[in-house]
Amino acid sequence: MKLLEVKNVRKSFDDLEVLKDISLDVSEGQVVSILGPSGSGKSTFLRCLSMLETVDGGSISYCGKPAVTDAKYVGKAALKEIKSYFSLVFQSFNLFPHYTVMKNICDAPVHVMKRDKEEVRKDGEVLLKKMGLDSKADHYPYQLSGGQQQRVAIARALNMKPKMLFFDEPTSALDPELTAEILKVLKELAEEKMTMVIVTHEIAFARSISDHVVFMDGGVIVEQGAPADVIDNPSNDRTRAFLKKLEQ
Amino acid sequence: MMILAENEGFFSQLMGICQKLSEGFGATLLIFFLTLLFALPLGLVIAAGRMSKFKPLSTLVKLYISIVRGTPLMLQLLVVMFGPFYLFGMKISQDYRFYAVIIGFSLNYAAYFAEIYRSGIQAVPVGQYEACEILGYSRAQRFFKVVFPQMVKNIIPSVTNEVITLVKDTSLAFAIAYTEMFTVAKQVAAAQATIMPLFVAGLFYYVFNFVVAFVMELLEKKMNYFR
Repeated sequence: MKLLEVKNVRKSFDDLEVLKDISLDVSEGQVVSILGPSGSGKSTFLRCLSMLETVDGGSISYCGKPAVTDAKYVGKAALKEIKSYFSLVFQSFNLFPHYTVMKNICDAPVHVMKRDKEEVRKDGEVLLKKMGLDSKADHYPYQLSGGQQQRVAIARALNMKPKMLFFDEPTSALDPELTAEILKVLKELAEEKMTMVIVTHEIAFARSISDHVVFMDGGVIVEQGAPADVIDNPSNDRTRAFLKKLEQ
Repeated sequence: MMILAENEGFFSQLMGICQKLSEGFGATLLIFFLTLLFALPLGLVIAAGRMSKFKPLSTLVKLYISIVRGTPLMLQLLVVMFGPFYLFGMKISQDYRFYAVIIGFSLNYAAYFAEIYRSGIQAVPVGQYEACEILGYSRAQRFFKVVFPQMVKNIIPSVTNEVITLVKDTSLAFAIAYTEMFTVAKQVAAAQATIMPLFVAGLFYYVFNFVVAFVMELLEKKMNYFR
């Protein structure tokens, strides 16, 4: 089943066209990585998918339900429903600094989804254990390392029980050691068949985790396909140039 | 014997001054607390107007803040006191003097607080708003759960400054002949032909502000549970 269908999405900031006619499908259980140089539009694309930015053209639908049709968004109630299908993990974590780890994870499920408080807390405990953070439930974000904060952010996203997860350069604010922590978590999620779209600069990681790799440059998808094809045998010059630069 | 008697005279004079000032100090305290009671929440409303996306409203509020900040509080007190009569021909009762003081101070301080709130709100990173958006918080939830607590932490030092200024500004109530501590001090000084009451009044303000600064520091420490 297709969880996400994107057709001909366009987005401009003033005169600068950041996304030019992007189309992409994501099926249930699929892990899609988006690679590309800075300024290629990959983060903007993810922000359009997660409704942090509005598109100027094209259509987006989740689980067969249209969210945007030719740049026209559906009504508030329908959009709210659709927004509950996905969650986003940010590059800079964006945890709430005044909430403990547990409250960060449990507040939205209780007060937005109106789920039972005790149940949410139990789910939160399970998630923290999974993230190796069960001893940190009562800590505040500033007391944690970057890697730990990002794991809390992932737990926060998961506790909303989304059908799919977006990651916007989840390791770019972390040093290599902490990056490994996060990649391990993502790998586990992939093994559990969590549907994910990941914008990343970690090429080796993208190759090992992804079912599908998308290479973007200049606001268009230059090349896409299985990781072995795109990363090991790129057919496009720009992909080749980008990968070569990274190797150096 | 002479010296002792002189000293006794000095102390009894001092005690007399302190007692008289204490009577006026009640009025000073009343202005102080009532102004905070009204200006702190009103500032939030004004800040909301100032940041409104509805242009006419934000422009109007901006003008209001500009006038309040750009003219002397003493003049504003006079306008609030005598404006109703001179502008609208309303009859002013004796009680109105006190109301005028509280209205004048509250309107003035609310404008300053509004700008402090605005700075505190704008210091909340945009990522916090985006996290709220992704988690599905409503606008009200976003403000009260996420923005407000972080704003409070951001603005405590500026608010402390403003509150300390308010302690001293209460003396401006004399401009419309409302009897608070400083008015009393001036009266006693004139009657006894000595500047001692003014010094004592200064001491009262200093001690008051010492307490204010202490309380605000406690509050600042209390908000240090997060960064």
